[in-house]
Formats: sequence, C-alpha cells, structure tokens
Amino acid sequence: MSTDTRGGGPAEGPSKGQITLVHLYPREMSIYGDLGNTRALATRMRRHGYDVQVHDHHPGADFPAGAHIVVGGGGQDSGQARVKEDLERIGSMLRALAQDGVPMLMVCGMYQLFGHDFVTVDGKHLPGLGILDVTTKGNDKRMIGPVLLRTVHGEVVGYENHSGSTVLATGQPPLGIVAYGNGNNGKDGTEGAIAHRVHGTYLHGPILPANPALADALIGFAVDRALTTPFEPAELDDTYADQARKAQVRRLMRAASRKARGRR
Amino acid sequence: MLARLRGGGSALPGLVVERIDPQFLDHALADISEVVVVSGTNGKTTTTRMLVAVLRAHGKKVVTNPTGSNFTRGVISALLGEAPANGRIAADMAVLELDEAHALRFVAVVAPTRALLLNVARDQLDRFAEIDYTADLLRRLARTARLGVVLNRDDSFIARIAREMQVDVRYFGVHPEMADRLPELQEADVRFEDESAAPELGAQDGLLRPEELQPDGTQRFTVEFAAGGHVGPVQLRQRGLAAMINATAAATMARSLLGSEFNAATAAEALSSVAPPFGRGEVIDLGGRTLELVLVKNPAGFTVALGAYGSTPVATMIAINDNTADGRDVSWLYDVSFASLAQRGVSIVSGQRAYDMALRLEYDQVSTDRVIPELEPALDAFLAAHPGQPLRIFCTYTAMMSLRRVLAARYDLSAFGEEGQE
Repeated sequence: MSTDTRGGGPAEGPSKGQITLVHLYPREMSIYGDLGNTRALATRMRRHGYDVQVHDHHPGADFPAGAHIVVGGGGQDSGQARVKEDLERIGSMLRALAQDGVPMLMVCGMYQLFGHDFVTVDGKHLPGLGILDVTTKGNDKRMIGPVLLRTVHGEVVGYENHSGSTVLATGQPPLGIVAYGNGNNGKDGTEGAIAHRVHGTYLHGPILPANPALADALIGFAVDRALTTPFEPAELDDTYADQARKAQVRRLMRAASRKARGRR
Repeated sequence: MLARLRGGGSALPGLVVERIDPQFLDHALADISEVVVVSGTNGKTTTTRMLVAVLRAHGKKVVTNPTGSNFTRGVISALLGEAPANGRIAADMAVLELDEAHALRFVAVVAPTRALLLNVARDQLDRFAEIDYTADLLRRLARTARLGVVLNRDDSFIARIAREMQVDVRYFGVHPEMADRLPELQEADVRFEDESAAPELGAQDGLLRPEELQPDGTQRFTVEFAAGGHVGPVQLRQRGLAAMINATAAATMARSLLGSEFNAATAAEALSSVAPPFGRGEVIDLGGRTLELVLVKNPAGFTVALGAYGSTPVATMIAINDNTADGRDVSWLYDVSFASLAQRGVSIVSGQRAYDMALRLEYDQVSTDRVIPELEPALDAFLAAHPGQPLRIFCTYTAMMSLRRVLAARYDLSAFGEEGQE
C-alpha cells in the first residue's frame, strides 16, 4: 500500500469514505516536529478505515475546497511574518469553515494567529483572525518546558516553547487545565482554547501522537464533516502512545509534588 | 591550586578561573599569532580535530580544546593545561571549538583572527529558541574575525554573512554537480524560495567532490581549489557525507592559515588519519565484535547519521534521553525519517523517552523488538540478543555518556571528557 510521507493514502481494510486534511504552511510553520500531528491524524484515519488525502497549503496558493480538517503548527517570528499576508487573504474562508464546524488544530504560532491581536513587546498590534477569543502579548521571558494538562480527553502531555503570553476572554473555554508547566500565560492555570471545533494550544511534542484520545476526537469531528455515517473507530493498538504518555505523567507529577514540597 | 585543577577535560577548572580572572584567556593567548574559532550547529568537534591534525602535520604547534568542552570555561580548562608559569602559551596557532552562544562571550575577551562557520540547524531550541537567533549569533561572531572567515557556501544562513564582511572571505561546499545530495543535510523546511542563490565561486574556495560509494560503505573524495592544490583522494576513518564536508571545511581553513606553506599531500594524509571523536561513529571493540556509538542530537544530525549508515544495516539500538544536554523537547524526532530502518527493524529502544521513540518508529512502520527504558539493562539485552554480530547504538548525549561509562568499565576503554554544561 502506498502512503505519502505525511501519512496520507488509502484506508487500511475496506474504505469507509474519504477525508481531506489540509496542513497550513508546512514550510514556514512547522519547526517543532508539528508535522507529526499531520502524520498522526492521517495515519490514524487510515487505520480507522478512511482514505486520507493530505493537502499542503503554501502562501499564495488556492485554498483547497472541501477541507474536512485543518492543521497548523509553530514557526519562528520570520515564518509568522511570511504567512501573515496569506492568512489575511484566506482568513474569511477559515472563519467560515470554523463556524461551520470544521475541526482544526492550531499549535503555538498558528494558535496565536487564530486569536485576536498579538501585541508585541514594543506595543505594536498585529491583527489575528479572531476565531479564538484570545489575545496574546509578547513577553521578555520565554515559557519553556514539559507540560501536563487535564482535559475532557483525559491527561494530555506535551512541550511548550513560547514567549507570547495568551489570555482568554471571559467565557472562552481553554483546551485544558495545567497540572504542570505554564500553559497560556503561566498565571491562570489555563492552556489553549476551543471555539466551535477549533483547538488552539501551545503544546508541541508533537501533541497528537502521544495523546490519541485527542487525535481521535478531532478525527470524529472530521468524519462528521466529511461523511453522512458517524465515526466508527477501529481498535488501534495504542500501547506505545499510552506508555509514553504515562511515563511523562509520572515524571511530571513527581516534579510537581517536589515543587509543592519546596514551597511549604 | 590551579595546577591541581588542570587536565581531565572537565569544565570545572575553567569555571574557577573564569570567576577569578576573566582576562586569563586574553593573556594566555597573547603570544599566539593565529586564533581560529570553529562554530556552527553540527560538526564542530570533528572539524576542529581535522583542522588541528592538518596544521600539526605541517609542523605547527597548535593548542586546542580537544575534549569537546566548547563553552568558554571549557576552553579555559583546556588551555590551563598548556599555560607555563608566566601564563602565556607558546604556540603558533590556537584552534578552538566554540558553542554558538558562548562564542560571543569568548570573542568579547579574545578577538580571533579567523572564524570557520559550519551550519545552522535546529538544535537545543529550548536553549537558543530560534534558528534565526542562532544565525544572528554566528553573524556577530564572524564580524569579530580580524583577518578572514571561511563560510559554508551551501548553508544560506551562513553564506549570507559574507555580505557584511570586510575581511578575506572563502567558502567551502560541495561541488555544484552533486548539489542534489544537500537537502538531506539541511533544514529544508525553513529555507524559502526567495533565498539568494549560492554565492559565486572564488579561486580559494574548497569544493568537495566525492568518488563512487563502495559496496562496503566507504567512499573517497577530493577537495578541489580552482587556484590549484587539490587535496585527495582521501579516505576518512569516519563515514558519511557530513564528515567529508567537515574535512572540506578544515582543508579550506588550513589553506587560508598556511598560505604558501600548505602542502596538499600532507593535508590529505593528516585527514585520513583522524580518528572519529567519541560517540561520533566511534567503534568500540567488544572482543571479537564491534559496537558503534553514534551521537544524535538534532534532526539534521540524526538524518545524516541514518544516511551514513543506512547502506549497511546492522543490529540497532536507539537511546533517547531528554536531560538539558540532550535537549528537553523530543518533538524533533518527528522531523527525522526512520524509513531506512524499516527493513531490519530496531532491536532495542531505551532512555527516558524510550516509549516516545518506539511510538515515533511505529509511525514510520519500523518495528521495535523491545522497549527497555533503563540504559544498562537495555545494553545487556542488546548484547545478548545478537551474539557475534556487529552492533550500532544511536544515542543522545547523556545516554551516550551513561552507555560509554558502562562500556568503559567492562571493556577497559580510554578516558574521555564531558562537554561543558551550564
């Protein structure tokens, strides 16, 4: 069976239908292994029995019609500058897709761009798409390190590396509550944001391979969007993913309790 | 007290002197006419070794920091062992491998005569945070070189530094005819279409021209200079294209330093005799069979390592730790393709992030026989699983140090230094 390098290709076993995944700016905004999210989604969808087409969207290109799920990653400041113009061009389309229930996963830099303004350290306002009701401010201090979250999909582990400090507007739900790490801003204990089916987060790792419950939730939404029949998950062997996640949970809980003891 | 702190290759004595006398370096190096700094993400240790070997083969007295201790205090530690009573080192040249961030601290005290800049790749992003930032560090480093710089022509982050240089600029690179091999070495996804094309070639630039790859995985090459004085053919003791590029960088800088004294045959012989640094393809004799330790620390390096060894699949173990010296974020494993391991599979996966590695391999349809997070039991299982066969371990820095400690105790290996840590 032939699959592409990003995990796309025909379903394993009889096909239950086709799903189109669009990866936004894989060249400019994919610095911390975020390609792994695309690979995890596409591979799991195929293992669940769906044909998967992965479409890379580059600046200046036509945005493909019929996206069932959209993924974006983190980049350097220069990468963000390069995609800004294109994001303005396709912004209204992305807003419409989001309101229409298309699931999206936006990590780090793309999470920030999916919010309202990004306010730089020297006070400049860079407008975002405003799909997520969040605002980000540049910080002098970077928030770097492993993260453990509690979410509706259970424990989620990852790694954060951001200088932007993000604040949720009143009523904007987070993706999860921080059990270890900084999260949105290092202060209010929230991490990420969810609006419609758009999930924003600072978690690299990449986030999806070690957190298959979150991956399958997004896949369920994509199936809803693509097909008339509901998501029928196959039984996948997630032993390695579960062990990897549990090992991190154990380490981070130990580190958290050491910190707590130190404070007393 | 200082005498007792000398030697050993650790950064501790350097730390002490850095605190007591920050001008130590300037004083110690004052009588040396050429001070060369080697920096960049990948290949610093190998290139430094090669350059020193070529210069010494030409009869030069060269001081260097041979332990891979590439932070400022590591350099001081290395030089303490050389300094006589008056503190001024008598040598013709100093060739110093410097970590990208610490290089600027070093040049603030000692202005180098020349800089050799290798590449900019994603490495330890939790320390440097951004590639653009690392590139800027190297640009600032280059500007402190008083006589000349040697730059990587094929790395646009490095090549573009030439624009603002007032001193002699030479390039090293691969011959344009084989430029198609470059993407496997580079950070393709952060390069853009509007990047400027590779700079024009000058007569003093060194170009790598590899010969045919032999069935046993060996490959000879020549470094060509338009001005004449080709070095080679050379057969390195270290495998892979990356090592050949390092040799090209070293030959180009040596030629710049030695001028008319440069002898191509001497250089070729010196390059062919350089032993791989610890953990960079080091081969350990386990009494009748060999074990190769291959250090991997970033996507470009791991990809190069897999490419270098892909043609000769042997029993393989991978050990991934995520301590500070390894890089705490393991996301980068998803920017490496492990497909070349699919046919044979991986015997043992180990380290603090063993399950993350096994999961990563699963996505590339590479099977893993066993996952054993603790290193020593993993090593035992690996040795037991493949009696009489050659073995290879790809490992991150602290995993390599732990494994090598175990192996050293069992197989009587020579002592080795640790890289300086903050």
